[in-house]
Amino acid sequence: MDFIAILSIFVLACFVGYFVVWSVTPALHTPLMAVTNAISSVIIVGALIAAATQGGGVRAAASSWLGLVAVLLASINIFGGFAVTARMLAMYKSKKKG
Amino acid sequence: MEHAILPPWALLAYLVSGVLFILALRGLSSPATSRAGNRYGIVGMAIAIATTMATQAPIPPGDWWPRPTPEDLVILAKITAAIGLGAVIGLTTARRIQMTAMPQLVAAFHSLVGLAAVLVGLAAYLNPHAFGILLPSGVINPDSRIEMGLGLAIGAITFSGSVIAFLKLNGNMSGSPILLPARHVINLGTLVAILGLVAWFTQDESLWVIAVITALSFAIGFLLIIPIGGADMPVVVSMLNSYSGWAAAAMGFTLHNTAMIITGALVGSSGAILSYIMCKAMNRSFISVIAGGFGAEASAGRGAAREQRPWKRGSAEDAAFLLKEAENVIIIPGYGMAVAQAQHVLREMGDLLKKEGVNVKYAIHPVAGRMPGHMNVLLAEANVPYDEVFELEDIQGEFAQCDVAFVIGANDVVNPAAKTDKSSPIYGMPVFDVEKAKTIMFIKRSMGGVGYAGVDNDVFYMDQTMMLLADAKKMVEDIVKALAH
Repeated sequence: MDFIAILSIFVLACFVGYFVVWSVTPALHTPLMAVTNAISSVIIVGALIAAATQGGGVRAAASSWLGLVAVLLASINIFGGFAVTARMLAMYKSKKKG
Repeated sequence: MEHAILPPWALLAYLVSGVLFILALRGLSSPATSRAGNRYGIVGMAIAIATTMATQAPIPPGDWWPRPTPEDLVILAKITAAIGLGAVIGLTTARRIQMTAMPQLVAAFHSLVGLAAVLVGLAAYLNPHAFGILLPSGVINPDSRIEMGLGLAIGAITFSGSVIAFLKLNGNMSGSPILLPARHVINLGTLVAILGLVAWFTQDESLWVIAVITALSFAIGFLLIIPIGGADMPVVVSMLNSYSGWAAAAMGFTLHNTAMIITGALVGSSGAILSYIMCKAMNRSFISVIAGGFGAEASAGRGAAREQRPWKRGSAEDAAFLLKEAENVIIIPGYGMAVAQAQHVLREMGDLLKKEGVNVKYAIHPVAGRMPGHMNVLLAEANVPYDEVFELEDIQGEFAQCDVAFVIGANDVVNPAAKTDKSSPIYGMPVFDVEKAKTIMFIKRSMGGVGYAGVDNDVFYMDQTMMLLADAKKMVEDIVKALAH
C-alpha cells in the first residue's frame, strides 16, 4: 500500500472515531478509556513481528528481545484492559432488571 | 519500497479486526449494548494476534506438514510464555483492582502502551528488514524514519507522562503542581529539539539520533505532567489516552498495518474528545491546563481573605428527619465520596429513602472524580441503577422542585461563584443550581478545607444550608442508622 492509501484510511478512521466517541454515553466514559487502552495494545502486532525474527547479528537478536518484552507489556494491557472493562460493564444495571 | 508481502487474506483479517474495534466503541453508546461491544473488541484483538502469528512467524512447510526447526519452536515458546505471563499479570490486576483506584490503573496501562511503542520502534530500527522498511540500498526508508521517530517520541512521552500521572493519582507524589522556573521555555525548547532531531533522522540514521530523541521525549513527558495539579487529572488522563492512540497509529504507518492505523485513529480521537469535554466542563482552555499550575496561586492566598461568616451545623438525626420528609432528593457525589469509600452506604441510604416514598436521583458533574465517568462506575459498583443517575444538563432544571440537595464529597461543582463572580478562578464553569433547592445538605470533613480550586463556597453560608461535618462514610452511616429507627 502506498502512503496516500494508508493516510486515507487514517483520516477516515479519525472521522469514524469522532462520531462514534461522541455517541458514547458519559456514564460509560471510564469503561471507554479502559477499552481504548486495551485496543491500543494492537501494537502487539509490531512486537510479535520483532519477537518472531530469528538469525542475523547482535542487532537482530537485540531487536527480537525488545519485541519479546513489548509482547509482554502489550499482553498485560490487552488481558487487563478487556477484563477490567468487562468487570465494570457487568456492574451497570438498569432499574427494571434490578 | 520492499514491504513484507502479506497474503490478501491477512490484509482482510486486519481490516476486520479494525472494524471490530469500531464496533467495540460503538457498543458503549448504551450500557445495554456495551458488553457485546467489549466482546467484539476481544475478538478483534484475537484476530489481529492470530493473523500476525500466522504470517510473520512463518514456519517452513515440509512436504505434507509444517516442519518447524528447533529455533522456530524456541521462539514460539518464548512468545507464548510472554503472552501467558502478560495474561496472568493483566487478569490478576483487573480482578483485584478497587473501583476507586481505576484512574491509577488506567494511567499505569497507558504507560505500558507507551513503553511497548518505544520498544517496537527501537526493534524496528535495529532490524528494519523484519519490518519491511529496508531499502535495497541497505538503508532504512526515509519516510519510515519519520514515522518511526514520531512513534518513538509519542510513545516515550506517553510512558513518562503516564508514570507521573500514576504517581500523582496513587498518592506516591504530591498532587499539587510542581512549578519549575522557566518551564515553558524548557518545554518548548525540548519539543523543538525533538522535532528537529526527527527531521535530522531522515538524513542520518545513526543510533545516537534515535537515542537522543527517545531520551528527550522521556524528559518532556515528565516535564509536561509535573506542573499539572490534581484537579486537572481528568484532562491529563484523557490526553495520555489520546497519545497512546497516536503512538499506535504512528507504528501502524511504519508497518502499513490497517488494524493499527484504525485503532490508533479511534483511540487518538477518543482521548482528544474526552479531553475537550473535561476542559469544557471546567471552562478552561486545553492550553491553560497543559501550561499547568492551576490551584497553586489560589491556595497560596487561601485563608487570608476569608471572612468569618455564620453557618449552620446539623447532625445526622436532623438530616435523617429532613430527608424522610422530603419528596425529591438529589444526591451530588464528588471525589470525596470515592476517597471515603462511601458509595455503598450511600446507596443504602437511597434505598431506605425510596422505601419511605422519597424520589431519589443522583447528579453527576462531568469532572467529578479523577477521570471521566469515574463517579458513574462507583455508583454502578454500589448497585445504583444507571437510570437513577443523571448528567448535569439533564437534571439542572429539577433543583427548583428539589427538597434536599445532598452534596457529598463535591465542592467546586456546586459553587455559585462560577456563575456570578468574574474574578473567581472557576468563573464560567457549569455548576449545579443547588441554591434553588429548599434545603442543601453539605457533607464536609471540616470548615477549614476548600475545593481543588482553592476558593470559598457561598453555599456553606446560605440560610437553607445544613453543614454535616464528618467523614463522608461515617456521616452517611449515622444517617442510615437514624433512618432505620
